[in-house]
Amino acid sequence: MSHEPGAAWRDTPLIFERSRAGRRAGRPPQPDLPVPELPDSLRRSRPPRLPELAEPEIVRHFTALADRTFGVDTGFYPLGSCTMKHNPRVNERAAMLPGFRDLHPHADDEDAQGALELMWHLQGILAEVAGLPAVTLQPAAGSQGELTGLMLMRAYFADRGEERDTIITADTAHGTNPASVTMAGYKLARVETDARGNLDLDDLRGKVGDRTAGLMLTNPSTLGLFDEGIEEVATIFHDAGALLYYDGANLNAVVGISRPGDMGFDIVHYNLHKTFSQPHGGGGPGGGPVAVRETIEPYLPAPTVVRDGDAFRLDHDRPKSIGRVRGFAGPFGVFVRSYAYMRAYGPELRGMSEAAVLNANYLLAQLRDAYDLPYDRHCMHEFVLSARKLKREHGITALDVAKRLMDYGIHPPTIYFPLVVPEALMIEPTETEPKERLDDFVDAMHAIAREAAESPELLKDAPHGRPVRRLDEVRAAKQPILRYAFEDDPAHVEGRG
Amino acid sequence: MSYLSLTDADRAEMLTAIGVGSIDELFEQIPPGVRFDRELDVPPALGEAELMRHLEELAAKNVHTGSELSFVGAGIYDHYVPAVADVVLSRGEFLTAYTPYQPEMSQGTLQAIFEYQTVICELTGMDVSNASGYDGTTVAADACFVAKHVTDRQKVVLAESLNPQVRQVVKTYAPGFGFEVVEVPHHDGVTDPDELGAAAADAAAVFFQQPNFLGCLEDAPALAAAANEAGALSVAHVDLMSLGVLEAPGAYGCAIALGEGQSAGNWPSYGGPHYGFFAARTDYVRRMPGRIVGETLDEEGKRGFVLTLQTREQHIRREKATSNMTTNQTLLALAGLATLSWLGPEGLREVGETCLALSNYARDRIPLEPAFAADSFKEVAFRTPRPAREVIRRAREHGVNPGYALGRDYEGMDDLLLVAVTEKKRVEDIDRLADVLAEVCG
Repeated sequence: MSHEPGAAWRDTPLIFERSRAGRRAGRPPQPDLPVPELPDSLRRSRPPRLPELAEPEIVRHFTALADRTFGVDTGFYPLGSCTMKHNPRVNERAAMLPGFRDLHPHADDEDAQGALELMWHLQGILAEVAGLPAVTLQPAAGSQGELTGLMLMRAYFADRGEERDTIITADTAHGTNPASVTMAGYKLARVETDARGNLDLDDLRGKVGDRTAGLMLTNPSTLGLFDEGIEEVATIFHDAGALLYYDGANLNAVVGISRPGDMGFDIVHYNLHKTFSQPHGGGGPGGGPVAVRETIEPYLPAPTVVRDGDAFRLDHDRPKSIGRVRGFAGPFGVFVRSYAYMRAYGPELRGMSEAAVLNANYLLAQLRDAYDLPYDRHCMHEFVLSARKLKREHGITALDVAKRLMDYGIHPPTIYFPLVVPEALMIEPTETEPKERLDDFVDAMHAIAREAAESPELLKDAPHGRPVRRLDEVRAAKQPILRYAFEDDPAHVEGRG
Repeated sequence: MSYLSLTDADRAEMLTAIGVGSIDELFEQIPPGVRFDRELDVPPALGEAELMRHLEELAAKNVHTGSELSFVGAGIYDHYVPAVADVVLSRGEFLTAYTPYQPEMSQGTLQAIFEYQTVICELTGMDVSNASGYDGTTVAADACFVAKHVTDRQKVVLAESLNPQVRQVVKTYAPGFGFEVVEVPHHDGVTDPDELGAAAADAAAVFFQQPNFLGCLEDAPALAAAANEAGALSVAHVDLMSLGVLEAPGAYGCAIALGEGQSAGNWPSYGGPHYGFFAARTDYVRRMPGRIVGETLDEEGKRGFVLTLQTREQHIRREKATSNMTTNQTLLALAGLATLSWLGPEGLREVGETCLALSNYARDRIPLEPAFAADSFKEVAFRTPRPAREVIRRAREHGVNPGYALGRDYEGMDDLLLVAVTEKKRVEDIDRLADVLAEVCG
């Protein structure tokens, strides 16, 4: 295969395979001082086999890996529920300002006034967007925001002397919701979705009782639909003395248009890496601030940022706090980027959500005839199609459609989620895409639907132009190779077979 | 300023294609009672130049490590971040991709994570590593969740010399796991293996830190052995930058090694984002939290990488998952990979030796009594003749921030000053610190 054009792109050795004994890049300072002897039992007995490379090959290595990675900067990335919007470069520049980047988190408050002021403003904007008064910035990601929200519920009910042990989630919920429920020590109950894509109110009424602590709901849902019965849902829970938790995964649809607090939610998490453009970084970092109603405020994690006159400080004196959920006051660099994003829009954040919803509905209108649309309504910022007709008629699955999209230079949508839709293709264009890129996607999806009928093997064999063909995931799970096997490891032979 | 691309003509054409007269019609599914009917009350929009000036003004209000000679560590350290880390951080492909669900689109990210996992395993002496957790505190909570399922016990033991924020986070998570938290005090800065072992009876996990938060080197092999003998999972909280000179936790029998990755490749950044690393013995791989990348073959028999063992994870396993984690800290972890690759085995050993040499020099040169007898790695606690906070305040008037007041976390330690060095400090920096401390403590 090595004679093929592009072979270098296809074959990128591991950094350990580029390594040569004795080669090096960094030379740390070595002062002319004696190095004290350590006791034998504490001293490293065998050097770690870190890669040994000079700088040129390190740079080439990571450049080669970047070339084999597709990001929003590369092209259209309509990964549903992940809000893969443009990440402005100015935000990166701002986060790297020495006053931010080199600020030690143990700095006294008076030495961190600029950082605290930024966080205080961020809390204020987030509170306004949620329609709730109090915010903690501490949680590291959406899923930790969820867990924090559930801990807040537990603290709230414990303080009131109420024993409630069950959390209700929707059958369309992200997997993080039920996983967070378990981690928080709650039992899980599931409510169904009705034919219009709303929570089934009859099912709900039968499941809410005096043991119910609360609801976790994404609104708009993972189907991309706003729950038309949300006011009644809130009434059912509040009448039972329970709380409502808003999973902010889909907040990008409704900023300045509808506020979770006004919908009746008591606790809200945001995904700063979705709605407010913290770059996704190949998996992270994220940010998962949580906003709450006054009644929940005493239990927020410590510290929070407060303002005293013209000064800002971290408030650690919170006797009813659930405690700390992460180190320091949260992922500050994420706050810089998200704050910068908000300030670029100002009140026109509403226009951001409008454009996200317009882009999604435009795609929906163009694609609804070529694919199945399980819930026939206007969508919000994303929508879910089904490839079930292609599967029935041509044996083509959502996975095949996804892989073939790669050949058109487009990142696939989220597939096989939500679970209530068979052969689901969950599509979220975001507001930052121009119409031309949406049209490219429409053309590709139509072409793929035609190919499914005329030359299905093109889809089955896809992708054709990526560094690898389809990978054997079963093999990866059954014979796990989770680290490089060095030449002298027994596993080297075993792993390679 | 905004980042939207649609023109008025685009909007009109798109609305026609949708079959609606206005964008508002798309929002009619929102019940009128919950529509927001005013403008958001947020600060006005700024153009890029104005925005940058505003942020520069905020940044300028902070006193950072570049503007003051500082010896503050206590969990976040001023190690050198090499320029090659920028190769990872500034490439748009790494920066703007998400979790590599579609491996054919993400071989670069996946391979880099596989390399990161290997580096973490090498440094810690463990068999498996995940793709990162949020930070050095939450990975400890993750380890508790692993230990709960592995041992079916309901107690966790923390050495008091473990980073206070790590202990606080474990305590926050513990009620959800049904865990009792027991803390074992230090004696002269270190943990007694017998005392730890006694507390470990019936414990799911036992945590200690090497080097510990007080700056002391623990008898880590003895602590691990005490935990193991009690049938608990022994968990070492370690500093990657120490592992060129300090023994790997895997070599002294730990079940899990984890910690804060910031010191290897991340800026202090007022507390984040950084990466937590989590590595364990193979026995626990199916209970591991977070993403894991594995090697496999494609249809043509060519090597490739995928997310694997996903049946542990929330998107498959839902309420039975080993963790709720989705987003992790991949980008920061990859900056760590680039940094550790740049150092290589020799460089990492040299960093460690420089830390040892400088902290030893500080111990001799600073005219204060070291608080503890144990060996140190890069931090030394000194006893101050007046409250450490006051010493810090007065030293800063001389332009030197001498360290961290341990009284912020520990009762009875108001007169203890924790001084941290990294390889970035020079002998003359420590001389200056010593002179200033002589002046303000004299």
